[in-house]
Amino acid sequence: MSDYTQYTTGEPVTDTKAPHGPVADRWDTRRFEARLVNPANRRKHTVIVVGTGLAGGSAGATLAEQGYHVVQFCFQDSPRRAHSVAAQGGINAAKNYRNDGDSVHRLFYDTVKGGDFRARESNVHRLAEISVEIIDQCVAQGVPFAREYGGLLDNRSFGGVQVSRTFYARGQTGQQLLLGAYQALSRQIAAGNVELHARTEMLDLVVVDGKARGIVARDLVTGKIETHFADAVVLASGGYGNVFYLSTNAMNSNATAIWRAHRRGAYFANPCFTQIHPTCIPRTGEHQSKLTLMSESLRNDGRIWVPKAKGDDRPAAEIPEDERDYYLERIYPSFGNLVPRDIASRAAKNVCDEGRGVGPGGQGVYLDFAEAIGRMGRAKVEEKYGNLFDMYAQITAEDPYETPMRIYPAVHYTMGGLWVDYDLQTTVPGLFAIGEANFSDHGANRLGASALMQGLADGYFVLPSTINDYLARNPHTDEIDADHPAVAEAVAETEDRLSLLLAVDGDRTPDSFHREIGELMWEYCGMARTEKGLRTALERIPVIREEFWRRIKVPGTGEQFNQSLEKANRVVDYLELAELMCLDALHRAESCGGHFREESQTPDGEAARRDEEFSYAAAWEFTATGDAPVLHQEDLVFEYVHPTQRSYA
Amino acid sequence: MKLTLRVWRQQNAEAPGAMATYEVDGISRDMSFLEMLDTLNEELILAGDEPVAFDHDCREGICGACSLVINGDAHGPERTTTCQLHMRSFQDGDTIDVEPWRASAFPVVKDLVVDRSAFDRIIQSGGYISAPTGTAPDAHATPVPKPDADFAFEHAECIGCGACVAACPNGSAMLFTSAKVNHLNVLPQGTPERETRVLDMVATMDDEGFGGCTLTGECATACPKGIPLPSIAAMNKEWLRATRKVRR
Repeated sequence: MSDYTQYTTGEPVTDTKAPHGPVADRWDTRRFEARLVNPANRRKHTVIVVGTGLAGGSAGATLAEQGYHVVQFCFQDSPRRAHSVAAQGGINAAKNYRNDGDSVHRLFYDTVKGGDFRARESNVHRLAEISVEIIDQCVAQGVPFAREYGGLLDNRSFGGVQVSRTFYARGQTGQQLLLGAYQALSRQIAAGNVELHARTEMLDLVVVDGKARGIVARDLVTGKIETHFADAVVLASGGYGNVFYLSTNAMNSNATAIWRAHRRGAYFANPCFTQIHPTCIPRTGEHQSKLTLMSESLRNDGRIWVPKAKGDDRPAAEIPEDERDYYLERIYPSFGNLVPRDIASRAAKNVCDEGRGVGPGGQGVYLDFAEAIGRMGRAKVEEKYGNLFDMYAQITAEDPYETPMRIYPAVHYTMGGLWVDYDLQTTVPGLFAIGEANFSDHGANRLGASALMQGLADGYFVLPSTINDYLARNPHTDEIDADHPAVAEAVAETEDRLSLLLAVDGDRTPDSFHREIGELMWEYCGMARTEKGLRTALERIPVIREEFWRRIKVPGTGEQFNQSLEKANRVVDYLELAELMCLDALHRAESCGGHFREESQTPDGEAARRDEEFSYAAAWEFTATGDAPVLHQEDLVFEYVHPTQRSYA
Repeated sequence: MKLTLRVWRQQNAEAPGAMATYEVDGISRDMSFLEMLDTLNEELILAGDEPVAFDHDCREGICGACSLVINGDAHGPERTTTCQLHMRSFQDGDTIDVEPWRASAFPVVKDLVVDRSAFDRIIQSGGYISAPTGTAPDAHATPVPKPDADFAFEHAECIGCGACVAACPNGSAMLFTSAKVNHLNVLPQGTPERETRVLDMVATMDDEGFGGCTLTGECATACPKGIPLPSIAAMNKEWLRATRKVRR
């Protein structure tokens, strides 16, 4: 057993910024108590924003509108390409436009319950309150949401809820919301309020006198290592799902910004809370470089089934109705195909493990639209899901209007992330984390159409209110000197790391290591986890890490556009993060949400939470590479939504 | 499948480039075109050569990063993005030419990677609705007729990949620019800036060095998102209307 598992428990961590009092009043209270920065003083403050997705793009635009000087970074060639662009299904809001009993309180309740009681009530309630403003804001920007013939907005339902509160733009909701934020950001770039650095990747955080004061970044075109300084740093760099190699994340999405911040003192919370999305296109072979999601909205009208008999390899059309098992409808009659993602994913894994999976390797289940086409007609199905069906046909060369789709779960989203308080500030003063990069709102499982809501809530409304308080209390002081020891150290560390990657000149590619760590994580820290498996992974990871530094091969130099170097440097951080994820999964000996420990289940195979022992967020403090971290617990208090065993039956 | 690739290699923006020939073997028909290039790159790295640089990210046809001219066609033989092109569109033994977008407004960064920041500057010059955060009325305050909403959506689908420019013999960005003008100008929320938007975006487009439109129609044929050719006519109409109406 490695020393890494001998973690110690430090002081509990408390969210000192969340006000007390009725949950519905807390956000108002906090906004009133937060100090403000005089409009004339705002332009003296520089704020760095890393990332231009829904959270980063909306935050950069809004901070600039308020008068701050924003310096913003993305590794893509344009801010419009951040991976929020790929979100398909929709965005939740408690508008109750359907008059179907929805309310802010119901969205709050659904999100706390859906997250399996591992999220903070204060944060979730604020998210539900803000949801309605987001829709207003996006419509004002010209986001072309789906509308009905009367000209009003249309809604659809999503997994885990029984109301219709999801706003959507065909299957491209993320793209349209992102373009809204990108256009708002573009307006501020043109106005000179945002200084944008595209094709520039953050490689380290600069902490001076205990406060976040800047970043070390690499210009990906010239290879130049640069430093940028500010009065506060906002990380909006997304999640860390790519540690699994195969995921629905974009190829270049990575964990470097948050991991480097963690190494500089920001606690990392609940790293084992990862979401496996139930409806992805199954892999076709070893060459697979990423997985493609099919929007969960398909579960509104598609029916999921497998053959009742094991090893039934007849084509779907030849399997009669009474020999099919619509297993979600059978096990969960009231939610049916709309159970939350973690439950749908695990059910798919179970039927495949039983030998009833379909398609190559038996790693798939059917998602069948025959009944929907019969009920609504092909034209209506095409209008609702046309682009998703086209995408499926393009990738698989099968026509989903004729034969059922085949789907299988894939890593999709990470609920864990940097620990933040109610103000979205990390444990490093002046360092904020927003969107998927933080851990705060989704607990152990995120509901569908809530990621877009959280990203935009954080960026448009929460951060721009709370960052004022920090900046007002930390007035702009002297410029940071590039010769400051803390700056020089961060730059030297970065340069040394890159030089070493180039110097090893071994015999394995960055991708081969990424694939190896990813397969290990999927095997032992994926949909179902055991103590034995996690301990195996924890023994393997340091070995792979040692091998990496002995055998990595990166051609070219650091002073040029070098995609192999970019990749290798990201793998360095995956090899450390993976270890923390496994340790977190090992220490949390309960099942909750996306974290399923086989040792902790009910007699009928559902996840069994252990509230007495684990009703807390686990915030980990970094010590040194490969050394045991320190655990800080934040107790979760439920005053409004009483924890119960989730039931969707 | 066994294939011969002829790939444009160029060290940086200043260096001269040339086509280089590579053989790849063991390619599966289910691979995407980019996964085929991944295979080539893994071999190049192990041989100590620099892998072929190309832009890619989401690999599901929505981010607009991938940008290859394949056998002379932007995004290759199918009407899709390069990342969604699969090797089943090719035959065993084929020779395939792979080049970057070719347009003077899109200078080459390295190999198959080009600089498309000119598109961002077109958007910055007017491709937005001025609606600072917090100023919005209720989303239902202004109904939008469904045909207008659908028209806006159809044009908002543009992913900014630049295939339209790469396909155009004039290197024109009219399809890209018109898509954004039409998306925003048809909406009631976009009306107050309707004239300045089209005038400023067209002026920036010209300043960035994109060519003029001669209605060849290659742009709309190459567009992976199906932005229709009449989009350009609609923008011309908006532009003409604006020149007569605007008070400057």
